Amino acid sequence: MKRINSVEDLEREREKIRAARDPNKPCITICTGTGCHAAGCYPVAGALREALRTGGIEGEVDLRITGCHGFCERGPLVVINPQRILYQRVKPDDAPDIVSETLKKGKIIERLLYVHPLTEEKIVREDDVPFYKLQKRIIFGNNGNIDPTSIEDYLAIGGYSALAKALTSMEPQQIVEEVKKSGLRGRGGGGFHTGTKWESCRKASGDTRYVICNADEGDPGAYMDRSLLEGNPHSVLEGMIIGAFAIGSNEGYVYVRNEYPLAVENLRIALDRANDWGFFGKNILGSGFDFNVKINRGGGAFVCGESTALMASLEGQPGEPRAKHIHTVESGLYEKPTNLNNVETWANVPYIVNLGAEQYRQIGTDGSKGTKIFSLVGKVNNTGLVEVPMGITLREIVYDIGGGIIGGKRFKAIQTGGPSGGCLPESLLDLPVDFDRLTEAGSMMGSGGMIVMDENNCMVDVAKYFMNFLKEESCGKCASCREGTKRMYEVLHRITEGNGREGDIALLEDLSFVTAEASLCALGGTAPNPVLSTIRYFREEYEVHIKNKKCPAGVCKELITYRIIPNQCTICGRCQKVCPSQAIRGKIKMKKPFEILPEKCIRCGMCSEACKFDAIEIV
Amino acid sequence: MDVNPVETILKRYDYQDSWLVAMLQDLQTEMHYLPKEALEYMAEKLGISRTRIFRVATFYAAFSLTPKGKHRIHVCLGTACHVRGAGLIVNTLERQLKIKPGGTTSDLQFSLDTVNCLGACASGPIVVVDGEYSGEMSSLKMEKLLKPYRKGKKES
Repeated sequence: MKRINSVEDLEREREKIRAARDPNKPCITICTGTGCHAAGCYPVAGALREALRTGGIEGEVDLRITGCHGFCERGPLVVINPQRILYQRVKPDDAPDIVSETLKKGKIIERLLYVHPLTEEKIVREDDVPFYKLQKRIIFGNNGNIDPTSIEDYLAIGGYSALAKALTSMEPQQIVEEVKKSGLRGRGGGGFHTGTKWESCRKASGDTRYVICNADEGDPGAYMDRSLLEGNPHSVLEGMIIGAFAIGSNEGYVYVRNEYPLAVENLRIALDRANDWGFFGKNILGSGFDFNVKINRGGGAFVCGESTALMASLEGQPGEPRAKHIHTVESGLYEKPTNLNNVETWANVPYIVNLGAEQYRQIGTDGSKGTKIFSLVGKVNNTGLVEVPMGITLREIVYDIGGGIIGGKRFKAIQTGGPSGGCLPESLLDLPVDFDRLTEAGSMMGSGGMIVMDENNCMVDVAKYFMNFLKEESCGKCASCREGTKRMYEVLHRITEGNGREGDIALLEDLSFVTAEASLCALGGTAPNPVLSTIRYFREEYEVHIKNKKCPAGVCKELITYRIIPNQCTICGRCQKVCPSQAIRGKIKMKKPFEILPEKCIRCGMCSEACKFDAIEIV
Repeated sequence: MDVNPVETILKRYDYQDSWLVAMLQDLQTEMHYLPKEALEYMAEKLGISRTRIFRVATFYAAFSLTPKGKHRIHVCLGTACHVRGAGLIVNTLERQLKIKPGGTTSDLQFSLDTVNCLGACASGPIVVVDGEYSGEMSSLKMEKLLKPYRKGKKES
């Protein structure tokens, strides 16, 4: 590809790409996000290709491998365009029918349709499925329409037009103003105003400035950044170029988790292609502006999501944060002014530039503008990635989009904000989701993980889980964080073991205070949130563990016993066969219900999993 | 020690120590761990102290200073996997393989590690064996999953 040297050239090439495409030509898109990948989308793609060939319509139908569509629960997902027919849980064996029935005869295959769990209505079009219908997919929506490895696909949907607009018809300061006016706040967790950050970096003294894309998505249970990078990497890169132009930077970095190999690969391909086309390098689109980006892979340290730690890691040092008396916008990477934003934040930039701040501001609440992508996971029916306008309530997310709790169980809590966030109870389900409301409730937005928990999840165990995570991930620089997380873990551990003491809750609160107050970075500063929020909303559960030595949710191993319900036992012997510790007594020929010997039982749960008759209960 | 692979890596990054994390990642991929001699060689060639290279090598979870087994088992302990019972899977593997997370069986067949989140939360609990993802796992299914590896039918 020849380098594009002007906006006119770009538009001419775009027209060429569009002219060569027939919008009415049937196109099968297959989601290959990680969820669908684990569910086996590649064999499906192969089978479809083969079916098109044997059906003799190979040339008449396009087959497009796309990034994550979001509805991971129902994968592998296949969408037939232009009708937008959604087929879910597709297997390779379904491919011949899809070709012969739907593509050739225009018939819908009923068995592959999504069935509404409440009304039992079969839904044909992707957009009519409640999971998608109630979302506002301005950033994430294109994932399903483009092949992330094809820059032509991105250009065909208007890609790099925001860059063209920014470089030719806007002054850098004007772009900064526009982003400020849009009200965009950092999507990585902090929620700092993006435009204000850009302005400080732009005004900082010095010739060299850096821009960084933070793709070290470390919050467990959050994977929206991964899906954006895998499914639409050009949108992130385009945002970075615009930001660099506005700030006055010629060098950028993407720091991406090494645990995301496909994201690294697709990003690398996108960067190479964008380089070939002239969206990077010298004199971009004839504007005189130069910009290059390098990709760095993270080393698997959660703390590197913190800006100063990330910059230390980029310099080839251990990722330890430093005090931010001097902000990174003034002295960051190699002590130069550095502007760092998260993946989703960057992806919002082209949208804002194209649409204008005024219109962008219409979406969201007073203090939080635009949309947010959440990963809705855990004990919810429709797991996946959802993009919703700020201000939507938790109830709408969990019940209307998420389809409620698995198995009709009772909602107990929703965890937001990763290890820095907290668990919110049922009474807060009508809370509008935005940066400030979540913080007031003792949790936080974080990068957008939403883990739904039901009556079978123990809140003390969840607090212990996060504290274990944090004690492992604390870099150890501040004693308050290093020791504080460890001591809190120990206290939580003894409570879950049945050795909790009177006063442990107060002790946890004291430790929380010191850890938060005396630690340098946000990891320590917010580390107590999982503990404090569970104490605030689920104090009773702590007390039952400490005083009665019971785990009401049936999770904490030392506080539970497994029991066979005699009149539900069919004497099939399956439990006995799988038990690794010979803790089940009984013989099939004795025709008497089996029995669990508590002294031998190691509470591994294998019997309960093996039993097909729900005859094993936790007491 | 064969210095060639180390040299290739050093050259790839133009002997610039700011790319140290990337170099160690490549070395880890190449050798499946970071041999002490290779680190010492690298420090010398980069003109940095051994302290610094070992500090970086021990800071990041992606690096191991001890050899790993032929088959790598990663159990995701992300929050979504945790609430769906990933902890029980780890317990089962600990019992069956007689190693703790981070450990390697004495016959060097299996290494067991936990990861904080693989970003495939919708299909949790997730277990990855030699790069192959399996979703909706449980203790019972684990036995079946490992069988072909135990018999040596699957090569890594």
